[in-house]
Amino acid sequence: MSSQIVFYMLAALSVLSALFVVFSKSPIYSVLWLIVCFFSIAGHYVMLNAQFLAIVHIIVYAGAIMVLMLFTVMLLNLNKETEPHKPAMLKGAAIVTGGLLMLVLLAAMRSVQPAPYVAPEKADVGFVQNVGMKLFTDFLLPFEMTSVLFIAAMIGAVVLAKKEVHE
Amino acid sequence: MSIVLFKAILVVLIFLISLGIAAYSTYGERKIAAFLQDRIGPDRAGPFGLLQPIADGVKMFLKEEIIPTVSDKLLFIAGPSMFMLTALMTSAVIPWGLPLEFGGTVYALQVADINIGILYIMGVVSLGVYGIMIGGWASNNKFALLGAIRASSQMISYELAMGMSVIAVLLMTNGSLSLNNIVQSQGEGKLYGFINISGMNWNIFYQPVAFIIFLVCSFAETNRTPFDLPESESELIGGFHTEYSSMKLGLYLFGEYINMFISSAVISCLFLGGYNFPGIEYLGTVLPHNIVSLISVAALFGKIFFFIFFFMWVRWTIPRFRYDQLMRLGWQILMPLAIINVLITGGILTFFGN
Amino acid sequence: MQLTNRSKVVTKPEMTFVEKLYLPAIFSGLGITIKHLFKKKATLKYPEQTRQFAPVYRGMHVLKRDEQGRENCTACGLCAVSCPAEAITMDAAERKKGEEGLYREEKYAARYEINMLRCIYCGLCEEACPKDAIYLTDRIVPSEYSRGEFVFGKDVLVEKVDQRIDVSKRKKTYTI
Repeated sequence: MSSQIVFYMLAALSVLSALFVVFSKSPIYSVLWLIVCFFSIAGHYVMLNAQFLAIVHIIVYAGAIMVLMLFTVMLLNLNKETEPHKPAMLKGAAIVTGGLLMLVLLAAMRSVQPAPYVAPEKADVGFVQNVGMKLFTDFLLPFEMTSVLFIAAMIGAVVLAKKEVHE
Repeated sequence: MSIVLFKAILVVLIFLISLGIAAYSTYGERKIAAFLQDRIGPDRAGPFGLLQPIADGVKMFLKEEIIPTVSDKLLFIAGPSMFMLTALMTSAVIPWGLPLEFGGTVYALQVADINIGILYIMGVVSLGVYGIMIGGWASNNKFALLGAIRASSQMISYELAMGMSVIAVLLMTNGSLSLNNIVQSQGEGKLYGFINISGMNWNIFYQPVAFIIFLVCSFAETNRTPFDLPESESELIGGFHTEYSSMKLGLYLFGEYINMFISSAVISCLFLGGYNFPGIEYLGTVLPHNIVSLISVAALFGKIFFFIFFFMWVRWTIPRFRYDQLMRLGWQILMPLAIINVLITGGILTFFGN
Repeated sequence: MQLTNRSKVVTKPEMTFVEKLYLPAIFSGLGITIKHLFKKKATLKYPEQTRQFAPVYRGMHVLKRDEQGRENCTACGLCAVSCPAEAITMDAAERKKGEEGLYREEKYAARYEINMLRCIYCGLCEEACPKDAIYLTDRIVPSEYSRGEFVFGKDVLVEKVDQRIDVSKRKKTYTI
């Protein structure tokens, strides 16, 4: 029962903070609300007994990626005066495409059958040893593919950052 | 006494000890700085100036509180609070000593023995940068913003090498991430397999390279000299806390000393055997269990105090890095070194066993 | 063209591997700083301990009295004339009947002021004084809160009868 209360509180927090991300006027506040959102999601992971995933989520997203986002937003100095003016046609197109996407999502959601909750067979399913074992046996190929993806991204970043040499 | 009550007492105790040590670190810093420069240092408030931290605290509280009108008020207040929060959160997973025993019940001297202890520390440390960044940005001051940006890029860069150096240590302890297990494993077995001193099987003897990398990175993470670029007073007038006054500034300065205390504790736990000390097994046979526990706590605090002293000693020895040197050291030297160290450790463990 | 052979060619040789590690240099630096931890401290705890002054130190002035407690100064004005900073002013007055115990000669200084902010502590007033009345002592001029308080009058400058200021080290041992 108490875990249900915690779940609903966390769920409300994640939904509310996600809404604040969208509706905040200042981009800095958006980023900060996104961090709160990540924290509540990490809380969900802990509720699911996935401590390792929760802490890695915090380290990677809240600790590294959001710091870089905050970094960029701070340097951009976004405010009302510098906001680019968008033509009315662009706004109309955005509304139409957004509405279409929502329609598709609603249609897809209608036919969804919620899967029953499957309790994990062991309580320590989310512990480091078990996650590592699964990653390096059953999911070795996707895991390695992800690392290849990261290498590609890194090479792309290096290419973009490198100065062009003029002959 | 129930376990919950004991944990509550422990939490309050650790909180008070952290604050006390942070307060006396400010005194120690001034005293050690003075001694290393052939001076005497503060000696007017109380005997040997021992009441100086209290005088400083009173001064901090009584100073005028200034919030710049052009600042973001909410974030301006949130900055130092978050910095202090993250600084204090880390102490939850550190094992402070051997468990105490009262009437058959065992009370572990650790607030939470979670099985991802070291990752928890890395996570909280990586959050520590928000306090600095938010505070620096909210002050709406160029120097503060520069300090905040320096702090964040520096902390992100050194976190990687720090994590990599810890991996080598984790390999030594059969992959357990719990700090309690890491400390326990350093109290068992013989050093190098043949030197039989109980409680001396410390990781520093197996992983000197990882130790040096971790030490350097913890200097960078706590923004201490030679990596104090975020607050370098000679170039940035104090960096991210330029606009702060009164107790908000006090929280920033205090948080730095708490960070120093905690990182000293983490270094001691990871590399210097935590609460283990030479002869711990022999003492266990001649003294009551609880006395040995208290001695082990004292041993840990001795190591912590040595590292706090070392932090200060280095501060008055090595000049500040230039920013490009800092980045070069972090990415081009420490990072590859840490990776090579992990590879070598893994190779040796795989081919030669333990 | 080489004029002397004192010139040196400055080179920046490639660092060896050990030098590149920086750790030996850092440890030797730590060794140097730790040595200072045990050295004798240079600090003097001022109000309790005072530094010994040289006998020729020129600090705060004193207006001397003679052995019977009479003021030496006759307000001749030679000190004021000799003062390069023009820090000394005085008013002369005639000794009345019954004041023989206070002033040594018939003329005395009713007002004698030295502006301590103008004074450059050169000691020329002491050199100029024919009556052994003014001396510069090894006392330090106390700090004050406003500039006006630095104009010292006779109440500060004249030595007390029961608290004589020792100026024997500065007494002229030569005669012109």
